[in-house]
Amino acid sequence: MGRRQSASFAHWRIFVWFFETGKDKDMFDSLTSKLGDIFDGLTRRGALSAADVEAALREVRVALLEADVALAVVKDFIAQVQERAVGEDVLRSVTPGQMVIKIVHDHLVEMLGGDDESAAIDGVGINLAGTAPVAVLMVGLQGSGKTTTSAKLALRIKKRAKMKVLMASLDVYRPAAQQQLAVLGQQTDVATLPVIMGEQPLAIAKRAMDTGAKEGFDVVVLDTAGRLHIDQELMDEVAAVSQATNPIETLLVTDAMTGQDAANIAKEFNDKIGVTGIVLTRVDGDARGGAALSMRAVSGCPIKLMGVGEKVDALETFQARRIAGRILGQGDIVGLVEKAAETIDQEDAEKLAKKMMKGDFTLEDMATQLKQLRGMGDVGGLMGMIPGIGKMKKQMAGANIDDKMLARQQAILSSMTAQERARPKLLNGSRRKRIASGSGTSVPEVNRLLKQFKQMGQMMKKMGKMGKKGLMGMGGGLPPGMMPPGMPPGR
Amino acid sequence: MSETDDEAGDGKKTGWLQRLKQGLRKTSGKLTTPITETFTKRRIDDAAILELEEALISADLGVATAARVARLIGKARFDKEVAPDEIKAALADEIAKILEPVAMPFVPDPGLKPHVVLVCGVNGSGKTTSVGKLAKQLIEDGSTVMLAAADTFRAAAVEQLQIWGERTGAVVVASTPGADAAGLAFDALTRARAEGTDVLLIDTAGRLQNKVDLMAELQKIIRVIRKIDDTAPHDCILVLDATVGQNAHSQVETFRHMVDVSGLIMTKLDGTARGGVVVALAEKFGLPMHAVGVGEGADDLRPFEARPFARGLVGLD
Repeated sequence: MGRRQSASFAHWRIFVWFFETGKDKDMFDSLTSKLGDIFDGLTRRGALSAADVEAALREVRVALLEADVALAVVKDFIAQVQERAVGEDVLRSVTPGQMVIKIVHDHLVEMLGGDDESAAIDGVGINLAGTAPVAVLMVGLQGSGKTTTSAKLALRIKKRAKMKVLMASLDVYRPAAQQQLAVLGQQTDVATLPVIMGEQPLAIAKRAMDTGAKEGFDVVVLDTAGRLHIDQELMDEVAAVSQATNPIETLLVTDAMTGQDAANIAKEFNDKIGVTGIVLTRVDGDARGGAALSMRAVSGCPIKLMGVGEKVDALETFQARRIAGRILGQGDIVGLVEKAAETIDQEDAEKLAKKMMKGDFTLEDMATQLKQLRGMGDVGGLMGMIPGIGKMKKQMAGANIDDKMLARQQAILSSMTAQERARPKLLNGSRRKRIASGSGTSVPEVNRLLKQFKQMGQMMKKMGKMGKKGLMGMGGGLPPGMMPPGMPPGR
Repeated sequence: MSETDDEAGDGKKTGWLQRLKQGLRKTSGKLTTPITETFTKRRIDDAAILELEEALISADLGVATAARVARLIGKARFDKEVAPDEIKAALADEIAKILEPVAMPFVPDPGLKPHVVLVCGVNGSGKTTSVGKLAKQLIEDGSTVMLAAADTFRAAAVEQLQIWGERTGAVVVASTPGADAAGLAFDALTRARAEGTDVLLIDTAGRLQNKVDLMAELQKIIRVIRKIDDTAPHDCILVLDATVGQNAHSQVETFRHMVDVSGLIMTKLDGTARGGVVVALAEKFGLPMHAVGVGEGADDLRPFEARPFARGLVGLD
């Protein structure tokens, strides 16, 4: 596990480096580097002073607000961290800035529900214990992803708990909503309650429970219409459904992109119908997901599941640590490492990593790297997972760093001879001109690539000298507690 | 709602105005309290400016825009005793100033047959509903409208649009689920041209902006319809959900980069979400705000108006 992860992790650093080279360092103004600036020149060690903490927490405040954490929640959070952090000893191996982030991060994970990665990761992630059929009520605003999540959840229950699931759509308002669930039922091979035109939500719910009992279903998933938490009439309607079906879980489905209003939404739904859990959808987007913290803090409801894609099996157990990193702008490192581990040949990766550490990194290796990078999927998606990338996106768009750029770089590399790739020193002016015309690019582009290659080589050498500990500490590196699993500090 | 709809002419107009106001009043609920708290019997000082900034942040304006607007308002009145209404009016003025240049209703070009509009956005933002409402409006204004159900991915999206077609009288061009969206758009445009339709609205599947392959699919739709009309699409509308937070920046940025977005529609403003991110978006991108969605009814799509929106946002009527 450790070996596997570390090779991927080296790749991750390299990937970041790809985007870092040739651009201003300050584009990576992630929280870590911001805090690094604040604590620059601070060489003393010992306990964190109130002034240190206060300065750091100003940046944390901005980071949280930019991640869409509700203001009131940010304020509480900052106050709690302040209390915790002042007087805390700075561990010898980290800077004061990293220490503050570690405290912030730990507290954030705790507030999001703790690091319960081991718990229920193989289970369904929700409560299903009760006399069959148990009802699971799905509620939320319009467009939050209830219907898709209902189908994903039903499939998850069917697969993981080996239970018999019935789905019923109570959405008589949105055109074709009932049909949508029926189609999803076919796709997932989950039974859906036959639609009777004109039947009202409460009656549908009762019929679903009856059918569930008669036909021996274990679980009935009730998908409701999207409603505003301030729409009294519709809130009363869903409250009546809840009363009639006595659901074992009432899951509030909320979009991870939700802004400051998330706190209101969670509070209102919880006050009016009693929410037992939250499902965060569209976590596969590039939103920072501060809504998760807002909802959890305001309603006290645990976040149980998260939607991570359009496919019907893209529903996962909520992972507090992963979301905490994103909220702080540290990127979804776990997600990135997982993705790398999925797509990159581990042996190749390790061989390459070793080679690079020794400092014999050639253009041939760079070409392999590029190929692997492109194999990992779209750059945009990967970018969203990299620390500090949010701020960089605009500059990246300006610099055209996207799949196209990588394709051009690949073209440049393939226009070189094997000899040239092995011995870049051969590349004089006329060869560069040839390569540029051969790859349909320009000489400056070729030069830029060579410069990038040189910088990468230098970095690799440095990393090799410093060993893994150095690797972790490299520019904008991760403080302890925010490392991918399997990479404890200083190992 | 049906009461107002039954009334003729101006009665109907009050209906939607009231709805918009109602929506915006809820929008401003949260913002009003802090401003009033902050500025009752109080001199403007740094702390007051910070609180003003926080009130704006609560409305999703984002840290940078909120800070800039708060400082602008605060500095001009520094050390002065200011009444809450005065500060609200000043805020509304400042916000309206930012929004006025982008308040541009969508008007089809009568010279184009058809005026092709590509409607895009992330999942669940309200594209299909907005297309339906927009169709209704255009038909009421005397245009002929065709709808292309290019969301061939989401289950029953086609049926959803077809129901909107029945409701509004717009022709719906659809294909089988899983069909090629670009091909469908091509067929729709061919037909709209043959029939001399005024406006073709292409409803696309929801896609998260960081999914490059899905964004490429959107680009493909454009490439393919340009084989018929190289000026199409004449408009590309991005639909934003009012509950969205700072991710709206990333949405606009990426969609604009990929498909040259020409205007925005903001939906679901009848909730408690402030939708204040449009202020920041207007500053940053200057894209026209065509309309706002304020309810689920067919009439609940209205032109975006800067001043009422700004006044509503800060809790003034």
